[in-house]
Amino acid sequence: MTPDPALLRDLRAALGADAVLVSAEACAPFECDALTAHRRRPDVVVLPSTADQVQSVLRACRHHGTPVVARGAGTGLSGGSLPVAGGVLLVLARLNQILEVDPRRRLARVQPGVTNLEISGAAAPHGLYYAPDPSSQVACTIGGNVAENSGGVHCLKHGLTIHNLLEIRVVTIDGELLVLGSETGEAPGLPLLALLTGSEGMLGVVVEATVRLKPLPERVELLMAAFGDVRRCADAVGRVIASGIVPAGLEMMDAPAMRAAEAFARCGYPVDAEALLLCELDGLPHDVERDLQAVEVLLRDCGATALRIAVDAAERQRMWSGRKSAFPAVGRLAPDYFCMDGTIPRRHLADVLQRIGELSQAAGLPVANVFHAGDGNLHPLILFDAGEPGAVERAEQLGAEILELCVAVGGTVTGEHGVGVEKLGPMCTQFGSGELEAFHAVKRAFDPDGLLNPGKAVPTLARCADYGAMRVHGGKLPFSHLPRF
Amino acid sequence: MDRDATDDLLAQVRDAATRGVALRIVGGDTKRFYGRAIDGVPLVTRGHTGIVRHDPAELVLTARGGTPLAEVEARLAAHGQRLPFEPPHFGTDATLGGTVAAGLAGPARAWAGPLRDYVLGVRVLTGNGRVLRFGGEVMKNVAGYDVARLMAGSLGVLGVLLDVSLKVLPRAAAERTMALELDEAQALEHVASLARSALPLSASNWIDGRLYLRFEGSMATLDAVAARIGGELLPDCGSFWASLREQTHPFFAGEQPLWRCTVPGLAAPLPLENGPLVEWNGMQRWYRCAAGATACDAAAAAGGHATLFRQVCTTEEVFTPLAAPLLRLHRELKRVFDPAGILNPGRMYAGV
Repeated sequence: MTPDPALLRDLRAALGADAVLVSAEACAPFECDALTAHRRRPDVVVLPSTADQVQSVLRACRHHGTPVVARGAGTGLSGGSLPVAGGVLLVLARLNQILEVDPRRRLARVQPGVTNLEISGAAAPHGLYYAPDPSSQVACTIGGNVAENSGGVHCLKHGLTIHNLLEIRVVTIDGELLVLGSETGEAPGLPLLALLTGSEGMLGVVVEATVRLKPLPERVELLMAAFGDVRRCADAVGRVIASGIVPAGLEMMDAPAMRAAEAFARCGYPVDAEALLLCELDGLPHDVERDLQAVEVLLRDCGATALRIAVDAAERQRMWSGRKSAFPAVGRLAPDYFCMDGTIPRRHLADVLQRIGELSQAAGLPVANVFHAGDGNLHPLILFDAGEPGAVERAEQLGAEILELCVAVGGTVTGEHGVGVEKLGPMCTQFGSGELEAFHAVKRAFDPDGLLNPGKAVPTLARCADYGAMRVHGGKLPFSHLPRF
Repeated sequence: MDRDATDDLLAQVRDAATRGVALRIVGGDTKRFYGRAIDGVPLVTRGHTGIVRHDPAELVLTARGGTPLAEVEARLAAHGQRLPFEPPHFGTDATLGGTVAAGLAGPARAWAGPLRDYVLGVRVLTGNGRVLRFGGEVMKNVAGYDVARLMAGSLGVLGVLLDVSLKVLPRAAAERTMALELDEAQALEHVASLARSALPLSASNWIDGRLYLRFEGSMATLDAVAARIGGELLPDCGSFWASLREQTHPFFAGEQPLWRCTVPGLAAPLPLENGPLVEWNGMQRWYRCAAGATACDAAAAAGGHATLFRQVCTTEEVFTPLAAPLLRLHRELKRVFDPAGILNPGRMYAGV
């Protein structure tokens, strides 16, 4: 689609011609995020360098009635920053300055294009760090983290993005700058900071974030436990939490995931085991010592067949390397995979894993499980070969069944990856029409014309009606040409 | 007691919406003083009560809005758990719904975070008579907008909280409080430096030249901390911190207006009289002064805001006014959830 010349004129006037890309070659790199199954080359890409310019871009889009999609580093896993037809892609990469790191106030104030890991890097000389650590932290930006309410492996103890945010500055579709939250985290009025966090760029565009920095823990210990069956391992997770210990991280892998990770990273995992648990404890030395002993006893009691405590930071890093490279490692097992992101109450872990195994067998597609067990946040990886006729549809079908299972046991279709375009269908399973209508009304309160990231995050009621029909008939209807996720 | 009164409440709200009658949502009526004074037919939630689910291994508790806060805390305590934000009761009848709607936290706020951080899910009765469920009972959930957390501190202006699911945490193994003789400026500096160390400082308070520091952890940790901190050990520290949480400390006695100034912890002492009592590592400072404009100006100059927390009945603004675009959004959101404007209308701001 050829962009509106009047819009282009306004954008160039506000940003300068070099910050407005329209050629096919220049726009091509922005055609997808990390959910590469969905691609659409943007018609216009803008690269503002200041918050003022972001305001101008949004005013221009509002004025011309043009949809606009914000994008950080493009590491999202649900297609949240997928360009929309006839729209502007607002890339925040040039707003990449760390404005302030103040160890006395334990905070950092950054522009949205600063990467997650850069914040911790800037805080480290002061003995501080930024706690949320999504797996893409080397590349993902804080603006994207706010939009997705990103998690990571240390959420159970150290929280999600929302728990570590103090203030955000957000530009509305009207081009108005809102300050939400404050340096203390307390602000008068409704907690709009929480509403905007995780809103997937549907309500406003983050142009600045002030985050809480935490003191680096004085002591960290990592314990690895092998189990002869998945159920014992899953039960051990609940036992650890029930004992009154809150681990910094509690991660589980099943045999396929663990073996793939070991083959990939050579990290010393016990490949003959059926499940692996990584339990990290952090804090003050005496407390960590006490908890470590307790966890050790508990895991043995739960039937762990082997236990190993990392002797030093190097070994700790090696043990984590397998977990952290599990997605690419599993990716080598098949030409393609889908990564699911359901969260369930922990008490259902063992049953849900067993049921996923049954669904996997029935579908004839292998599933590897690697997940944040402490949070009950599952990441089943469905392996398939897109070159095989019908395989994509079968994989999507299996994915939908897994997410429906998560909802059925009281969980959610997305724990941390967001809905984007990928989970619009499964959202219909989780929410009724009343909730969906409320979401659309909230959206209209911020963006009456529906210009910000349209079509993402919340399905239309019509779509849910279609989805319901499709679900009833399983994967047998010839609807596979329709984008369902 | 265990009673699901959703249908009763729904009928009352629908009736009020039809007739355009304002409702004043009442749990234990312990925080009536908080927010702008409003009129309205009481919508009493106390009959909608009971803990729906608490599996200690999940670190989640779900209870009906009218459940007494004391019942919730007793259940958690029986399993060695707690509400980490230490909510004030302000009376024996405080309910869980009222606690979440008020959004207040006690002495542990700076250590544990605000109440909002612990809200996982809600079932809410909106002003247009719909029962909606947002969030859930799991730790991580990014499906849909976070309307559940939006309810934290919403003062009932968006909906009646029917059920609330909260993240809960284990209680500390032990606590210890030390007292140091310091003036206000020294205390603010000292407490800030402690907060950026890894020490488990779970609460702080400064009043009348004394800084009180509460630490939590294993006994061995507390011994190590005490050796590092020095100062005088405060016996019976539980009742001391409870007197701050519940505002039964003598500082809070009497009829003068009570102002709450929320400012950056390291902000210099504010030029206000009759105070302060300082909490939350300097972020929350209480004053007993009459002149509202002075408190608001002083807090704003320090980079924060002021709230007229307790007053003898007034119709004036009690919260710091919002910037115009923010106030407009508040009114829009009010219309989304309560189009007829019947739920606690005006409790937060005019038109909200």
